[in-house]
Amino acid sequence: MLTFARWKYFAILVVLVVSVLYALPNAYPQDPSVQISAARSGSTQIDAALAKRAADLLAQAKIPTKSVQVEDQGNLMVRLNDTEQQTRAADLLRPKLGSDYVVALSLAPTVPGWLESLGAKPMPRGLDLQGGVHFVMQVDQAAALNKRLEAYVEDVRATLRDSAVPYTSVVRRGNEAIVATLAGNADADKAQKQLRTAFPTLTQDLEGRTLTLNIPPSELQRISLDAIEQNLTTLRNRINAFGVAEPVIQRQGTDRVVIQLPGLQDTAEAKRQIGATATLEFRAVVGDEAAAAAAVRDRNVPPEARVYYNEAKQPLLLSKRLLVSGDQLVNAIPGNDQQGQPSVSITLNAIGGQRMLNHTLENVGKRLGIVYVEQIPITEIVDGKEVRTTRTEERVISSSTIQGVFGKDFQTTGLSRDEANSLAKQLKSGALAAPMTFVEERVVGPSLGADNVKRGTTAVLYSFVFALTFFLIYYRMFGLITCLALVLNLLMVVALMSMIGATMSLPGFAGLALSVGMSVDANVLINERIREELRAGVPPQAAIASGYDKASGTIFDSNMTALLAGLALLAFGTGPLQGFAMTMIIGILTSVFTAVTVSRGIATLLYGNRRKLKSIAI
Amino acid sequence: MTIFPLTLLPNDANINFMKLRWVSIAVAALIMFVAIGAMATRNFNYALDFTGGNLVELHLAKPVSLDTVRERLAADGYDSAQVQTYGAGNELLIRLQPREGDSGSAATAHAAEAVMKAVSGADNQAKILRNEFVGPQVGRELALNGLYALLFVVVGFLIYIAFRFEWKFAVAAIITTLHDVIVVAGWFAISGHEFDLTVLAGILSVMGYSINDTIVVFDRVRENFRSMRADPETVLNKSINQTLSRTVITSFVAFLTVVALYIYGGGSLRGMAESQMIGIIIGTLSSIFVACPLLTLGLLKVSKQDLLPKAKDEAALARRP
Repeated sequence: MLTFARWKYFAILVVLVVSVLYALPNAYPQDPSVQISAARSGSTQIDAALAKRAADLLAQAKIPTKSVQVEDQGNLMVRLNDTEQQTRAADLLRPKLGSDYVVALSLAPTVPGWLESLGAKPMPRGLDLQGGVHFVMQVDQAAALNKRLEAYVEDVRATLRDSAVPYTSVVRRGNEAIVATLAGNADADKAQKQLRTAFPTLTQDLEGRTLTLNIPPSELQRISLDAIEQNLTTLRNRINAFGVAEPVIQRQGTDRVVIQLPGLQDTAEAKRQIGATATLEFRAVVGDEAAAAAAVRDRNVPPEARVYYNEAKQPLLLSKRLLVSGDQLVNAIPGNDQQGQPSVSITLNAIGGQRMLNHTLENVGKRLGIVYVEQIPITEIVDGKEVRTTRTEERVISSSTIQGVFGKDFQTTGLSRDEANSLAKQLKSGALAAPMTFVEERVVGPSLGADNVKRGTTAVLYSFVFALTFFLIYYRMFGLITCLALVLNLLMVVALMSMIGATMSLPGFAGLALSVGMSVDANVLINERIREELRAGVPPQAAIASGYDKASGTIFDSNMTALLAGLALLAFGTGPLQGFAMTMIIGILTSVFTAVTVSRGIATLLYGNRRKLKSIAI
Repeated sequence: MTIFPLTLLPNDANINFMKLRWVSIAVAALIMFVAIGAMATRNFNYALDFTGGNLVELHLAKPVSLDTVRERLAADGYDSAQVQTYGAGNELLIRLQPREGDSGSAATAHAAEAVMKAVSGADNQAKILRNEFVGPQVGRELALNGLYALLFVVVGFLIYIAFRFEWKFAVAAIITTLHDVIVVAGWFAISGHEFDLTVLAGILSVMGYSINDTIVVFDRVRENFRSMRADPETVLNKSINQTLSRTVITSFVAFLTVVALYIYGGGSLRGMAESQMIGIIIGTLSSIFVACPLLTLGLLKVSKQDLLPKAKDEAALARRP
């Protein structure tokens, strides 16, 4: 009649223990801290000596610290008492330690080691709860496409030239095709064959001397996708340079990127670094400085060249033909060459490497220029309307002599230490495949975040207290059982959310309050059913059993439908909506478990073994 | 037999809700049409999440109270400005909805000037650090997603309820739920309270709550149809009365939890709490006064046959000794 399997008690006990363990990390506050990591792997050491240096610097500036030590993941953590000291410490350490280290603001957990070893972590908190910045950037797909297609045109010309097929022109026709007009005596078959090998994805049409290379839609799509992927990688590199603890860099839709930097407050700096849409181009140097100066003076620039300027505003002639573009650059690391001179080791991808090999085979002893191209977004007002355009700034950042034949790995030398570092940084971060603009931006202050946490916790606490008080008064003993079920429910929701690493945000608190409400519903259904059975004259134990049995079906149906609403929110919502949906879904699932199984277990424990149970307090 | 010490409602409630059905359905329909009318004639007061708007960053000589800034901006016509502090408390981030007729960057610059003047006190001069326009495009996508979510929920409910109950119940439950959602949304159109993403979340969770409430009653209807020998109206009436105390208690406690959210959750959660408070009241009333009465009307009129075990079950019954 009123029975409950022993293994179920065991299962509930396990759930209880696991819930407590995994909910526990959230009770430990986080230390405001300054995280120091190596700017580049290998070259710098994070060790006790560095810890001592940092500690001494802070002691001199009279900034009290909780601890300064190398913690897991090999970072040096300076833990401080409050956020104000945290900012001061970071501002002090950043210039003193120099560019070899990344000094970042972060929040260090204080969860004891034994809990961490179980994999128990506190829930990550959303921007609204700890402060930080949120950006949405839009990728200019048209520009990306334009750039790739221009490169195609160049490549077609180069292929025709290399295979000695004379042509009169190679031009682009919209975004669909490249039209090559061959010279009268040209070998069209040979051209077709060579182009087919070079561009296997393009289809060809030959009509007389006009060879049309069609770009299939799938290819255009691939270009767009590549562009945004490339930009994502670049953004990740740039953001890693900030050393933000848990940045979010996500693609949204086809042309947007969402960036969240929790804990970061310096928006202007972040925007400047993230938004700099720079890229690089490798071009052959035509003539020398004297020739360039003469060309500028006489306004007589060779047809295959263009005038570029370096940082010192000195002119240099570079080939119009783009050898390797920034998106073909894989890596750039500053270091030392065999003679111990500062250098930058550059790695290109396969296509870039092949082109570099072909070029250097024929051009040893000649010079190679690296051009830094920056897109600066400007907003102009034309006829009272806002027009967004970009101004392009180009400058030669390096023009060194090609020492030998090389492919995808090579070094540039002849730089100062600072120049090498700066070149490496520019090379690495400069490979945006398409310009981007900021379409949305949010900043949440840390004090507002702390305030939100306080408000959210208070709200959940009160909603909980209201419900518990009501149940205790209204249902007495069963009210107590309900309260236990509610407490376990809240514990389970927090534990599950921590386990899956769901981000807690302000709407998440609303979700928690709502899950208390859902849990209430299931428990009321049961308790009212039991009362009903008792009124119908059923003996207490049987009333309890059938109350639970009959209510279970109803609870299942009503919660399944509510679950559907939660799933819809999760699927179609973004950001805060998803956080809310997540807590709602978890809350519904756990409330079914706690109301149907746990509370029944407790009720059985209390009333199941009494032989002559005359009445129950409900 | 134990005496039940405390009850919100008499245990043997026997109110004839079915007799009232024309009145209750008429009232519900009236409220719904008012809500639809309000939504059609008055636009929602969309928050920046949806509309986009101006963003002004100010630096003040001295820290200033946020409430003062909000009051001054409201006095100047920017009544839904979102004001945040950052830095040492004397830097302000203010988001404004474009006022009617405001567009283009000339207007953006104008708004920034107005905000600066409104915020500056005699001895506390404000300086504009940044001023930009946040495009509404993101908001449009979000709004569209909200609509998709609504469709997904409606279709999901229909399939699930039709599968677990019967199509008439599914349709009646959907009508009831949509009624509740429309009324809550209508409230935001009538009151002009700001409609932001959390309100949207609140309204979608009202769907969850409302359907939950209705399903509990329908579940009892299904049960009673199988066990009672009576005409549908009696069965429906009995079912509402039997679940009445549960409905009222659940709603009461759920309302309490949302009230806590409204009082203590702060400004950012107020919209969500407000939508849920209204949703709970409307959802409760409609599950009592609308859902079951719908089952007696026209095509939705249920009969005992609708809920008797189907042929397959009858075959199973027939095999029993």
